[in-house]
Amino acid sequence: MSMDTPRAVPPAHATVATPRAYLQEARREFMRMLREPAFGIPVIVFPAMFYLLFAVLLDRGSAGAAQYLLATCGVFGVMGAAMFGFGVTIAMDRERGYLRLRRALPSPPGAMLVAKMAMAMVFAAIISLLLAALAWGLAGVRMPAAQALGLPAVNVAGVLPFAAIGMYVGAVLGGNSAPVVLNLLYLPMSFLSGLWMPLSMLPGWLAGIAPVWPAYHLSQLALKIVGHDGGGAAWLHLLVLAGLTAVFFTLARRRLAAAE
Amino acid sequence: MDTLPSTAPLARLKGASRAYGAVPALQDLDLSLQAGQVTALLGANGAGKSTAVGLLLGLLAADRGEASVLGHVAGSPAAGQATGAMLQSAGVPERLTVLELLALVRSAYPHPRSVADCVALAGLDGLLGRRYGRLSGGQQRRVQFALAVCGRPRLLFLDEPTTGLDIAARQALWSAVRELVAEGCAVLLTTHSLEEAEALADRVAAIDQGRRLAAGSVQEIRARVTMRRIRCLSMLDPALVATWPDVREAQREGEALHIVAEPVEPVLRRLLEADAGARDVEVGRASLADAFLSLTRPAVAQAA
Repeated sequence: MSMDTPRAVPPAHATVATPRAYLQEARREFMRMLREPAFGIPVIVFPAMFYLLFAVLLDRGSAGAAQYLLATCGVFGVMGAAMFGFGVTIAMDRERGYLRLRRALPSPPGAMLVAKMAMAMVFAAIISLLLAALAWGLAGVRMPAAQALGLPAVNVAGVLPFAAIGMYVGAVLGGNSAPVVLNLLYLPMSFLSGLWMPLSMLPGWLAGIAPVWPAYHLSQLALKIVGHDGGGAAWLHLLVLAGLTAVFFTLARRRLAAAE
Repeated sequence: MDTLPSTAPLARLKGASRAYGAVPALQDLDLSLQAGQVTALLGANGAGKSTAVGLLLGLLAADRGEASVLGHVAGSPAAGQATGAMLQSAGVPERLTVLELLALVRSAYPHPRSVADCVALAGLDGLLGRRYGRLSGGQQRRVQFALAVCGRPRLLFLDEPTTGLDIAARQALWSAVRELVAEGCAVLLTTHSLEEAEALADRVAAIDQGRRLAAGSVQEIRARVTMRRIRCLSMLDPALVATWPDVREAQREGEALHIVAEPVEPVLRRLLEADAGARDVEVGRASLADAFLSLTRPAVAQAA
């Protein structure tokens, strides 16, 4: 290449086109996940499969069950997209030295996390739309616009607490053990929070401890929109989820900063 | 210890110390990097090379002392925008194409090189559309080099840059580094390959157990070592030769006898007396490798 004159190099404190950096980051994170079939396919297909199985094939024409499952399968999908999208990639990036390389780059601090968050939210929106299409087309669910729009909104916002949990797991565990631990959290918690069948069908003591699980609180918010929740106050669920987000996010940041 | 006439360094460690728990990784290290020069940081595994690089990149904080880049605290945004790094294990996302990776890293810098320049500099012809994970090890190394230089850094860190490269690719990378240095870039090269250090470095700093053993030009470091190598065709038993005074080491390789001696003259005299038939006697200066070994293992050298 040509010998650029060194004096032409501008001073180092010139500002970066920050929005461009954020946009690049978000696009790259999304392409990365989209091209990772082991991530994209299960995360999008599993909730749809559950919905097809429980609300379409096994359901005996109960409109209530089809609505209930539309809310809870959405929450199930959000948990997967957020926990795996964050947990596994952070564990792998950390283990392989990509986080170290990234920290050496002058990207805006946190751009990568914001991008991952945006990516998980896009996946949450895709899952919500796919479930809505199945509910409308195959399960015959009809609902007012406020409800139809409310569910995706809860799902997209619901990325936050589970992204924080995934981020913490990814900050603590390696790339091989993170998916295992995340699955151990994901599947039992989904079941115990009433995502697959209403809590009233679980043994009383299991239903009683459901408020321990983060998924319970998000699913109660989603169920409240379709009128099938347990009657708890929305602000209480929001408070629990916000608290969880703050705690796990802080723990994860601390852990990642100390990982060097 | 800095013997070269120095203008203000582009980056420096000043009395930097860093420990991991109770284990000291760096102790009171001074290191300055000049514009337009390659400084090679030599040391065995665990000598503290990565810690020194981590401090200058701002990935780590020093327990004592300071790390600065262009007068800014290492790791500050201003320092980061002037810095590019090729790290040893850079787990670059495998699903992204080379062009996507370049776009991502270029977007972090205020005045990046054009993609065409990066391709030319790092030898990436025909690779832009390929996914990183599908490239060969050598091609991946070249992509990492491109990512390190695409931001037009004034300070470049190269951590074992040519491991996994074939000879042609290594030469190409060396010439790209020389080109950047001619433009005024300061380069910190950490390497195990003393050949690489001899080929590229203007200055060498050798560290061991977190302390600086020596710093200076390649010639200065070599001159510190009065050791010489003797090679000749002789039937003498190397085990016997090894017992002679001033002999550090004696080995046989086929017909040839290799001796490392300090000083060399009395050993040479005795060799010719002991074996009148010795032929093809060559005496050589120590290479950087010899110099480095004698610096990092003074105890061994003195005990021998």
